[in-house]
Amino acid sequence: MSIGIVGYGSYVPRHRIRLEEIAKVWGADAPAYKRGLGLREKSVPAPDQDTITMSVEAARRAIVRAGIDPVRIGAIYVGSESHPYAVKPSGTVVAEAIGATPEIHCADLEFACKAGSEGMYIAMALVKAGEMDYALGIGADTSQGAPGDALEYSASAGAAAFIFGRERLVAECEHTYAYMTDTPDFWRREYQFYPRHAGRFTGEPAYFKHVLACARGLMERSGTTPSDFRWCVFHQPNGKFPQRAASELGFTKDQHDQGLLSPTLGNTYSGSSPMGLSAVLDVAASGDRILMVSYGSGSGSDGFIWRVTDRITEVQHLAVQTREQLEGRRVYIDYGTYSKFRGKIRMGAE
Amino acid sequence: MRDVAVIGVGMNRWGELWEKSHRRIWTEAALEAIADAGVDHVDALYVGCMSGGLFMGQEHLGALLADQLGMGPIPGTRVESACASGGLAFRQAYLAVASGEHDIVLASGLEKMTDVDGGAATYALSTAADQEYECYHGITFPGLYAMMARVHMHRYGTTREQLARVAVKNHANGLLNPLAQFQSRITVEDVVRSVLVADPLRVLDCSPITDGAAAVILAALPQKGSKREPVKVAASAAATDTIALHDREDIAWLRSTDVAAAKAYAQAGITPEDLSFCEVHDCFTIAEVMVIEALGLTGRGKGGEAAASGMTALGGRVPVNPSGGLKSKGHPVGATGIAQVREAVLQLRGESEGRQVEGARWGLTQNMGGTGASSVVHIFTRA
Amino acid sequence: MIGSARYWREIPQRYRYEAATCDACGKIHFPPRLVCSSCRGTRFSRTTLAPEGAVETFTIIRVPPTGFTAETPYAVGIVRLDDGVKVTAQIVDADLDELRIGQRVRVEFRRVQKEGEAGLLCYGYKFVPVGV
Repeated sequence: MSIGIVGYGSYVPRHRIRLEEIAKVWGADAPAYKRGLGLREKSVPAPDQDTITMSVEAARRAIVRAGIDPVRIGAIYVGSESHPYAVKPSGTVVAEAIGATPEIHCADLEFACKAGSEGMYIAMALVKAGEMDYALGIGADTSQGAPGDALEYSASAGAAAFIFGRERLVAECEHTYAYMTDTPDFWRREYQFYPRHAGRFTGEPAYFKHVLACARGLMERSGTTPSDFRWCVFHQPNGKFPQRAASELGFTKDQHDQGLLSPTLGNTYSGSSPMGLSAVLDVAASGDRILMVSYGSGSGSDGFIWRVTDRITEVQHLAVQTREQLEGRRVYIDYGTYSKFRGKIRMGAE
Repeated sequence: MRDVAVIGVGMNRWGELWEKSHRRIWTEAALEAIADAGVDHVDALYVGCMSGGLFMGQEHLGALLADQLGMGPIPGTRVESACASGGLAFRQAYLAVASGEHDIVLASGLEKMTDVDGGAATYALSTAADQEYECYHGITFPGLYAMMARVHMHRYGTTREQLARVAVKNHANGLLNPLAQFQSRITVEDVVRSVLVADPLRVLDCSPITDGAAAVILAALPQKGSKREPVKVAASAAATDTIALHDREDIAWLRSTDVAAAKAYAQAGITPEDLSFCEVHDCFTIAEVMVIEALGLTGRGKGGEAAASGMTALGGRVPVNPSGGLKSKGHPVGATGIAQVREAVLQLRGESEGRQVEGARWGLTQNMGGTGASSVVHIFTRA
Repeated sequence: MIGSARYWREIPQRYRYEAATCDACGKIHFPPRLVCSSCRGTRFSRTTLAPEGAVETFTIIRVPPTGFTAETPYAVGIVRLDDGVKVTAQIVDADLDELRIGQRVRVEFRRVQKEGEAGLLCYGYKFVPVGV
């Protein structure tokens, strides 16, 4: 029985800040940062945008592409590390806004940057188990980077939503694989505004260990090698890590580039590899095979192998595409406006 | 229905009256009106107040103020129609006397706005608009009128300068009114350079936050041996329109004023050309422009030229807001409608020293709530 | 401050733009109501607002009410939707200097208010210029 993606959508906020603007304030060497991180600019959510608002818009686009009555969606999982409420799910607002209530299962997920792919994993499993016809998994974030910290250059905002089903697939899921260990590379304690990270420890023992093991495990179980894939998408905390992972695994630039959004989008955390996948689906052709590996600090990776179907060309233009939003009309802001938007200014009581 | 006249008026100096509570403010004005009328009692009182609860934490004003006057157990009625509360209170008082129910009635208005901070005052005022479908979205009153102004400017070519001339005129008149909150001359430059509040409206396009009260005494005609020359209420009318600005058929037209005014002109048997002066609801400069169109003083869309051309200045063809209007006199919300009546009465008695409209015969007052969801129009003439 | 019940009752309108068409005369009411403002009819059918429209008028709020300081200055407008219904809402992601009467806009889901640091997050509709 085939299970896979029936519809997909993404949302990129319109505001951007260039790395130079951030570097200026902290007296940092902008060119060096840009080279080192492989980033040029990042998206910034406006004060009225959050994980919920972006998830709603991404989900609406997924519904248009899926061409289904949203009331048939049996489950919704929103994965984020910046859910607007600490207690009260983002999923209930999203489900209500898309008209999928009340007969729907809902839970919010958290696992640093892989909460989105987790939602996809679980949603798909429920459809596979025959529990429901359609299920929705969303990855979205408006994560914060502490002022002056390296993460301030990359933490950005975005969302991607996927509706899973058994019929009218645009991409069939051939394999999944999960790889996880307890690795303290990045975390945020309750009531802390900013997360903390363990510097260089976030590289080899964290990101690379899990992403590479997950990718290799996926290829081993499916009997594939990089040359069996047209596209690959990895979690993108900056521009450098995913490129290094791709190259170490033996993927080419041509396979990797379309899904690499971080140089101009930044790190959308739970939206990262899901959005990369949406950008690939926007241009993929029937028969294309896609390897997708997410990464969430803490740590773990979810791996998927997708095979694109004939139906993809019917839906690609039904809603705005990911790179269209990324490269389309943008509003650049300065650091002061950025601080205001991101709530980094201590406001008076209202 | 009997003929009704205003036989006494009272008002205090309006402004930020830190040392006076609402009881004091109101009672002073009421006592002055009673003394002016030369009566020793009233049969009932009406008080217009937009929000005793939100501004003062005090409701039940009808009873409270009858108590303050020492005239219990007369009936006391608090009337609310947002910024038209005073005008509507006057109308209720008029109907009470006209119907024969009461003989001598006190119609008053009151608002004490400075006991709460700016945010709370703005919130209280915003309750005049559609809470869920206008205010929810972050619109303010200046913002609503700014949207009306933008349509008026776009469609009719009304200019930024023409709006400013309304404020300049009303301040010039306020200089001649010893009870006005602001007694200062302003120029067009001052207006167009003042701080932007909601584009295109600036601070000097907007009426202020004010404490104040006003009161008048109504009695049935004929009045034998009354202390003051009675001023007859020749017409009283009210009308409503959609609460939300976006539901109006025409965002740049004050239908409630048009409808109320038409009824009033018919009752009085006059046309707009007969008017000697008007007191209108200039909560914002654009409001005066739109009101005079709805009153038929100018053609539709032509209101912008009126202040600029001098037509509505003191000494012009039909002076509008000889008192200084809301802009310079102040706008203690519930009291405004009553102060308009007081000005009409003084003008018709020939007692408006310094700002007298020569040969005044017919005067009109127009009081409006929210963005025009309610309007109350009265016409006065010498008895 | 809005409070839970007041906020929750308007969810079908704020989130899904549910409106009511008068069965007798066809006028669309948003929000739905008991009596048609055109013909006083009392029977309605459920409908949803058109997602796009044009700016009928707008202003830029520079002195905000309580709770809107963080987004000041912001534009609020009346949008005439393609089905003829006019709504009041913020216009966002637009260059404030380039807003024009007649500009085409489309609806987007945004957070409209929040009740301080510990109260409800209140969502609803805003408009963005058409074109990515």
